[in-house]
Parts: sequence; C-alpha cells; structure tokens
Amino acid sequence: MIWVNQIIQGVMLGGYYALIACGLSFMFGVMRIINLAHGDLAILAGYLVWAVVDRSGMSPFLALGIVLPLMGALGWLMQRFMLERSLRSGMLVPLLTTFGLAIVIQNLLFLQFGADTRSLAPAIGDLAFDSWSVGGNIYIGHLAGLTLLVAVLMLGGLQLLLGRTPLGRSIRAVAEDPDTAELIGINARSVYAAAAAIAVMTVAVGGAFLGMRATFGPYAGPAQLIFAFEAVVIGGLGSMWGTLAGGIVLGVAQNVGAQIAPNGFLIAGHAVFLAVLAVRLASGDLRRRLRALLGKPA
Amino acid sequence: MSLLRIENLDVRHGQLQAVRGISLEVKEGETLALVGANGAGKTTLLRAIAGAHRPAGGRVLLEGADVTAVPAYRRVGLGIALVPEGRRLFAGMTVEENLLVARANGRAGPWDIERVLDAFPMLRPRFKAKAGSLSGGEQQATAIGRALVTNPRVLLLDEVSLGLAPIAVDRVYECLGNLITGGATVVLVEQDLGRAMRVATRVACMLEGRVVLEGAAAEMTREQITAAYFGLNRSTEGRVEGGNAQGQPA
Repeated sequence: MIWVNQIIQGVMLGGYYALIACGLSFMFGVMRIINLAHGDLAILAGYLVWAVVDRSGMSPFLALGIVLPLMGALGWLMQRFMLERSLRSGMLVPLLTTFGLAIVIQNLLFLQFGADTRSLAPAIGDLAFDSWSVGGNIYIGHLAGLTLLVAVLMLGGLQLLLGRTPLGRSIRAVAEDPDTAELIGINARSVYAAAAAIAVMTVAVGGAFLGMRATFGPYAGPAQLIFAFEAVVIGGLGSMWGTLAGGIVLGVAQNVGAQIAPNGFLIAGHAVFLAVLAVRLASGDLRRRLRALLGKPA
Repeated sequence: MSLLRIENLDVRHGQLQAVRGISLEVKEGETLALVGANGAGKTTLLRAIAGAHRPAGGRVLLEGADVTAVPAYRRVGLGIALVPEGRRLFAGMTVEENLLVARANGRAGPWDIERVLDAFPMLRPRFKAKAGSLSGGEQQATAIGRALVTNPRVLLLDEVSLGLAPIAVDRVYECLGNLITGGATVVLVEQDLGRAMRVATRVACMLEGRVVLEGAAAEMTREQITAAYFGLNRSTEGRVEGGNAQGQPA
C-alpha cells in the first residue's frame, strides 16, 4: 500500500510540476525561446502575491487576481523590449538575455525583501494541511488536489486556446512561420507579445501555488526552472498535455525514488529525465527540434 | 484609375539591387503576368507589393493611396494578398485551420471557406488533413484559398506551378481560370510562358530587375516575349499596345 501511496502523492506533486512548467512549455512551443528566467519569474510572482497579502490581508487567490495582469504586462514588455530584440541576433542570444534577467530578478528580490524565506501557507488556513482520506491510510492533500486541478484546467485551457480560438490559431501560425503569418494579415509582433503575456501569467499561477505549498526565497528560482525544464523535456517540448504527463512522471519518479532510498528523491527524478532525454536524442526527435531551435539544418 | 500602381520601385537585398525603377499599373479585373528568367526580380517585386520587402525607393499605390510604408499584415486588410512561392502553408495546421486563420484577419467580402471549397473541390475530402500531408496540388489550392478568404482586391500569385506534377498544374490553372474569368484582379509570376499567356490580359517581361517588355497579351507574340525573356534581342524591348519599356540602361 505504501507504494500506491507514493505513486498517488507523486501524481499530486506532478500536478505542481506541470503547473510550474506550463509557461516554459508554452513559451518554447510558440516563441522557440527557452526562458532561463522562468523560475525567477515564478518567484517574483510569489513575492508579489505575498506582498499584496501582507499589506491587505486578502486571500492569496484574490491577490493572484491582482498580480496576474501585472505579470501579463511584464511578459508583454519583456517580449517587446528584450526578447524581440535578442531574437534578431539568433536563437542563442535569448538564452543569455533570459539568464541575465534571472540574475537581475534574483538580486532585485534580495534587495527588496532580504534573504528571509516567505510562504503563503499561513494565509490559506486549513487548505495548507487538510486532506481527503481515500482509504487504506492514503490521504490526498486539499492543496495538492487543487494544484493538480488547476494544472489540468490551465493546460487544457491553453490547449483549447491554441486549437479552437482565432488568437490560438494566430499564435500557432506565427510560431510556425512569422513571415507568412504577416502575409495573411497577422501582426506577428503583437501575437508574440500576447503569447509572452499569457506565458508569464501562467508562470505567476505556478509561483503563487509554490508560495502556498512551500517557502521561497530570492534565489529559489533556478531550482524551479530545473523541475519545470525536466517536466517539459520528459513530456515533449512545446506539448501542453505532454507537459502534464511529464510533470506527473517526474513527480512519481521522485516519490518512488524517495521510497527506495532517503536521498533518492532528486536522483530518481534526474535519472528519469536523463533516460527520457537519451531516448529522445537517440530517436532524433529532440535533436531535430534543437537543430531547428539553433537554426541548423536537420 | 488603376487599382494597383507601382512607381519607380527599387528593391535591394543588401548590396544587390533586385528591382530597378519599375513602374507598372494593374486595372481592376485585369490579369498581369510577370514573366522572366530566374533572378529577374519577379518574386522580389511581388513581395515588395505585398509588403514583405521594404523598397529602397519608389511607391506602391492601391487605388491611389500610397501603401509603401504600410506593413504587410495591414496591406492584407487593404486588399493585397500574396500566394508565396513554395506555398508556405502552416504545415502543422489543417486545411481548415489554414483557411480559418487567414479568414479571421482578412477583409469582409464574398469569399468564405465554403466558396473556396466550391472553387477548389479537391480540398473537400482533405479539409481536416494537416497541410503538411497534402499533395503539391492540394497545397497550392490551399495556399490560393488562404489568400482568397482574405477577400483581396489584388491577388498576387508567385510561381503557382512550381514543383507540381503537370496534372496538378492543370487542375490549379483550371480553378485559376475560373477566378480570372470571374473578374478577379491578379498579378501572376509564372515561369511557364504558355500558361501565363493563356490566362493573362497583360504581360510584363522582366530582365535583371527591369521591365523590358510590357503590353497586352493578345498583341504580343511568343517570339517577342522569348527574346525579351532571355535578353537576346534588345530591339524587341519596348512598348506594345499601350505598354512601355522601362529602366533601360543609358
């Protein structure tokens, strides 16, 4: 029964990984940008939600409603004034640009909030520790269940947006061929900026849930980036439902690893990531995508 | 008044001047065929009209309004649509999605997806198929349909027969013929001189970035055009029934 419990808890943890990876996957799928500031943007959103909650005493969910448009505007500005310019110099420059942005965000957060860790858990009351019993001494945390539900809704919503709406079709057209998209009347710059805004808003949701389930500090972003990146690679770069599957596989692997050995949590997650990466590279799928990303012939 | 007017257009690719001082007019309902050898500047001219290349000089006017500085995506809303060389479909999207995405960004008008399917019946059974899985002819029909659903006032077609099997070219040209007889205004770049002559009302032959022969298709002989096409006989260059020769070197 303990293995079943670990797998169930792994699925729940996977929901969080999928949530945090959602924006990374969307940004890569649409804009072909690997955003190294992804984790730090999530932490920034966590701090903003914390600051609103701290000042007003409102629920973190309401505070997230205030922070979301701010993060969307930040994404729009990032695209217009930073990523768009760096993309003109090749596909590798955005890597450096977002790496630099990550360092700037970390140090600005340190400057503003200091090194103390923060958490939104005290602001969500029972939700932080209540759970449902599903029998056999297995419990599912309310927050973990909510996180998984939000991840499914957000990834499903993005999938619907991309597949069923005019904006989504424009985003996919621009992602595939921006020059041709302009020839059928799509303003590629605006679509890219809208996509960046959406991506950063999803990052903000991930950051808020991170703050509810754990503590965070100014330098917590890179660790979140690694988990998000692993979930995206396991699930397939740019695939929304794949990202959910990748997050769940990562979460289950970590929990099963922790059951096998005390230090197996991270090792098992990284091992699964490396195994999937090796298979994908061997099959040529990821190699083709990376070549496309780097602008080299397949 | 001409629907489309090009005045002294210069377009450069870096150091290379691909289009040199070209002036052309296209009247409503007219089909202008741009012919010429590879590298003559036909595609560059067409892309400059569509706004995909910024000209180094000259003007592009649509019904008298200067659209030279208007970006490509806004020219679609004004009524200029380009079917690019090589089709350039969104391969990961279905035929339906390729048409829908263009329809959402085009002008209001008679062309909708149903009319495109009527015009290109070959697309009906392939409507839900990914564009990347289509045959060359089906891809070309989708590319033309994608431009048509934006309800263009001027349809620019770049090398529609390139890379297609002869039977597919026949089918595409049969549909194009119906469009043209229906009164569409078309600028057509075509390597196949015979096909271009059959559908065009006017022909402009380009050589090294210049229009060296222009006039009514019915008034031109194949020999005249062939000579201008290869630059074999400069004496053939010139005006033919209301046309003119332009940008001749001093």
